[in-house]
Amino acid sequence: MSDNKSPRGKISCRNVWKIFGPDPQSALSLIKDGMTKEKVLEETGHVIAVRDVSFDVNEGEVFVIMGLSGSGKSTIVRCLNRLIEPTKGQILVDDIDLATMDEDALREARRHKISMVFQHFALFPHRTVLDNVAYGLEVQGMHKAERRKKAMDVLDLVGLKGWETNYPHELSGGMQQRVGLARALAVDPEILLMDEAFSALDPLIRRQMQDEFLNLITEVHKTIVFITHDLSEALKMGERIAIMKDGEIVQVGTPEEIVVVPADEYVEEFVRDVPRSKVVPVRNIMKEPAVTLYSWQGPKVALMEMKQNNANYAFILDPGRRLRGVVTADEAKQAIKEGVARLSKMVKGNALQIGPDQPIEEVIPLAATTDNPVAVVDEDERLIGEVPRTELLIGMTGEGNNNGGDK
Amino acid sequence: MAATSKPTVGFVQTLNRRPLVKYLFWFGIAVALVLLGWIFNGLKGGFFEFPLENWVNIGVDWLIIKLAVVFDSIKLITQIVLNNLERFLLWLPWWVVLIAIILIAWRLASVRVAIFSGAAMYFIGTLGLWELCMSTLALIATAVLISIVLGIPIGILSARSDRVDNVVRPVLDAMQTMPAFVYLIPALMFFGIGKVPGVIATVIFAVPPAVRLTNLGIRQVPGDLVEAAHTFGSTGFQLLLKVQIPLALPSIMAGVNQTIMLSLSMVVLAAMIAAGGLGREVIMALGQVDIGRGFVAGTAIVLVAMILDRITQSLGKKRKMSTL
Ligand SMILES: Nc1ncnc2c1ncn2[C@@H]1O[C@H](COP(=O)(O)OP(=O)(O)OP(=O)(O)O)[C@@H](O)[C@H]1O
Ligand SMILES: [Mg+2]
Repeated sequence: MSDNKSPRGKISCRNVWKIFGPDPQSALSLIKDGMTKEKVLEETGHVIAVRDVSFDVNEGEVFVIMGLSGSGKSTIVRCLNRLIEPTKGQILVDDIDLATMDEDALREARRHKISMVFQHFALFPHRTVLDNVAYGLEVQGMHKAERRKKAMDVLDLVGLKGWETNYPHELSGGMQQRVGLARALAVDPEILLMDEAFSALDPLIRRQMQDEFLNLITEVHKTIVFITHDLSEALKMGERIAIMKDGEIVQVGTPEEIVVVPADEYVEEFVRDVPRSKVVPVRNIMKEPAVTLYSWQGPKVALMEMKQNNANYAFILDPGRRLRGVVTADEAKQAIKEGVARLSKMVKGNALQIGPDQPIEEVIPLAATTDNPVAVVDEDERLIGEVPRTELLIGMTGEGNNNGGDK
Repeated sequence: MAATSKPTVGFVQTLNRRPLVKYLFWFGIAVALVLLGWIFNGLKGGFFEFPLENWVNIGVDWLIIKLAVVFDSIKLITQIVLNNLERFLLWLPWWVVLIAIILIAWRLASVRVAIFSGAAMYFIGTLGLWELCMSTLALIATAVLISIVLGIPIGILSARSDRVDNVVRPVLDAMQTMPAFVYLIPALMFFGIGKVPGVIATVIFAVPPAVRLTNLGIRQVPGDLVEAAHTFGSTGFQLLLKVQIPLALPSIMAGVNQTIMLSLSMVVLAAMIAAGGLGREVIMALGQVDIGRGFVAGTAIVLVAMILDRITQSLGKKRKMSTL
């Protein structure tokens, strides 16, 4: 299986297995002979925790692995830095197989390349916050003054300045996990593994940490593997999501794909209560703008176009098709009375401008604050579509209904 | 258990998986042993005679000859440490020792313990037992030193390797279930009578808690902290020094405390093989049925025990406070 030429991500798991028990290889051959995992467990006591898992994580991406308790999430993420030895398979990081690395090379990779944040923080209780954060640098052999300075910088980054001489037990859960995050970031790794990093926090603190984390990773460029059992967290954090079930990956896709086209009943069950508006971008429900006019045209033309298209407003564009404003039918009639020659002279109001990739759910509250039409524009403010208010309402209710946001 | 076709598995796994096979295996070994005994000695009085006594004697004789160098060097080292310590303690004026003990108690424990220790030591002096007390302290200190030097590394090794633990644990169990004076016998056999075998017997008796509680303390370090240490690329040594030992320290100190207390009780018994110290007074009082002399010596021993306990106990507690 040496398809070495195919393009790969930063991390590439190839057919990874993990079997717990005294003789994993024999259990593996039993499985390959077609025995079910239940039978293997019953007869030999071996647990098949991860079963033939393959996935790629792209550079700079937040890759979420989601699944119920016991589905093998912690096991697979620990295979990525070999806290758990995979029974079989390749763990390619930058195309180098971690699974066959010798101890020294592995230690180097752990010191500089791959870092981890733990569910229950795993801070060293006998070390101050600062010395916790500096731990990774300390084992690298960095001098005290230098590593403390670096650790201070990272503490500042996670908003814990002033706490460096405290001990972990003096901090709240949210603050402790900031220390955990700082400790992982201090060694400036390329890859960050987060095993249910926010799951132990109160819902309110959790949401705050999620937001801050999303903010933070726009500043520090990292490839992130994020484990969670919480769908709403997965949808919020993930650029792509892998769904695990009984040690296998059943679907990998963008949040939208997961919600809109679930691969099987298991995933469907998961996403049943998710409002589609949470993940479906407005791109999917936008229409051609009904009436578009250029700013050099006059109000008479405008009124005529609106009547023809059965609309009571029109978008006004400049020569580059950039959105300049909106004119209503009433405003056009008024302008005709006043003898205004060009639309550019009379544009007052503007449309609500949104991007095509914003989820519908985010747009609804914005639309509620204004009566103006909703225009979809690209990065250069060029008009690419509009979202009629009726569509917004339909998008909101979608197929999966009710309000169940979390879980 | 369903007995369908099994994959190729090792013998040990078969043993572990099938209790019946396991029992049969051990039963077979037992039968073989008895048969062996029978072949050696013949049947006596209806019992299969198992010549353990002969074997042990033969074994010990063989060991004494073959390992003479080892025993001699153990003896020499112990002797040097012990003699110098004892001579030093007796060379110091009594009030220097008293002040030193008060200072140690004050630094490591509290003012109250310091006052108590000072008063108790002075009282022992007034009983006329100062010299004997010093030589008991020297015996204890030597035994504890050796116990720590041996026990903590063994504890660390058995914490890090289940295989070592599986060997060490039954040995410790055996050491702790046997009555204390049993250790006098091998000490006598290998080292004769005197202070050195006294110290050796004391070490054998007092080392198990140091090993056990070091082992326990390290094993009790939460798994995710060990994982975290590995995650950041710690070497095995860094893991031990920066994470495991600091977190195991309260437990290790509790082990040292127990080792000290056991040493004290054994040092008294060791007087039976002429180890001297306060224990000698007790033995002699017993021999002469001199109740007053026995009571005085006993009081001194109890006081020494209390001082040592208070000081070392608070040591463990203090560590606990700062780590939790
Ligand atoms: N050391 C081990 N020995 C035996 N079985 C194990 C071991 N570690 C995990 N398992 C088993 O492997 C399976 C996957 O465990 P894992 O911890 O990866 O699940 P998870 O998805 O992280 O679950 P959770 O949400 O509860 O953390 C479980 O059935 C678990 O019981
Ligand atoms: Mg887990």
